[in-house]
Amino acid sequence: MKLAVVVNEGPYTHQASDTAYQFTKAALEKGHEIYRVFFYHDGVNNATRLTVPPQDERNVQKNWSELAEKHGLDMVVCIAAAQRRGILDDNEAKRHGKGDGAANIAPGFRISGLGQLIEAGIQADRLVVFGD
Amino acid sequence: MSDTKRFLYVNRKAPHGTVYALESLEVVLIGAAFEQDVSLAFLDDGVFQLIKKQVTTGIGVKNFAPTYRALGDYDVKKVFVERESLEERGLSEDDLMAITHENDDEEDVSSVEIVDRARMAEIMAAQDVILSF
Repeated sequence: MKLAVVVNEGPYTHQASDTAYQFTKAALEKGHEIYRVFFYHDGVNNATRLTVPPQDERNVQKNWSELAEKHGLDMVVCIAAAQRRGILDDNEAKRHGKGDGAANIAPGFRISGLGQLIEAGIQADRLVVFGD
Repeated sequence: MSDTKRFLYVNRKAPHGTVYALESLEVVLIGAAFEQDVSLAFLDDGVFQLIKKQVTTGIGVKNFAPTYRALGDYDVKKVFVERESLEERGLSEDDLMAITHENDDEEDVSSVEIVDRARMAEIMAAQDVILSF
């Protein structure tokens, strides 16, 4: 089955991102296709490379980045939600005059528009939302 | 992207206090460009989003309530509000803002339909894609 996943909460405060990660991982292991993972609301905070959780805890961002690398996942962060919360790639950092090195988007994630969410809903057989 | 799907946006949270309502509305407006079969549902505290005469100056946040009235311009014509959610909060249809669209005869008609919980379940069951906020 072709699945799309939406993550609406950030790391650690809520379980949603962890559950979405476990679901996505399990779906891939079962041979399903993940058309896209879309991060919205505080979910965009899963995409910062600057999180440094304690060593004996899971690293939510790294989990996603590694899963993306292993399976070639398309992980999209909503641009409007990201701008509100300070998630920037090189282009956005430059465009908003935030200076060199301000980009904090983690490997495997890309910033794009909400149209990518709607398109995922259209293209996938099922769109699965993880939030509160 | 040839086929049309039935999209339902479920709004369950109050307009302020969290950002869900505002960011849900942003999805609806962007999504309008994709020409899908769109419905909106308001239930639980989400019914507060449609209360008329909202004033947000006291809390220093943007009042996006007028945007709901523009939904008709975005070809969003189906707005379902759950009756039980209204009643549980001491509200009635009279407390809600008018949301209209132009029908085929170019008359402004209400987009809002008050439905009971059982009907809301049927509406949900009939969708292809449900985005819950």
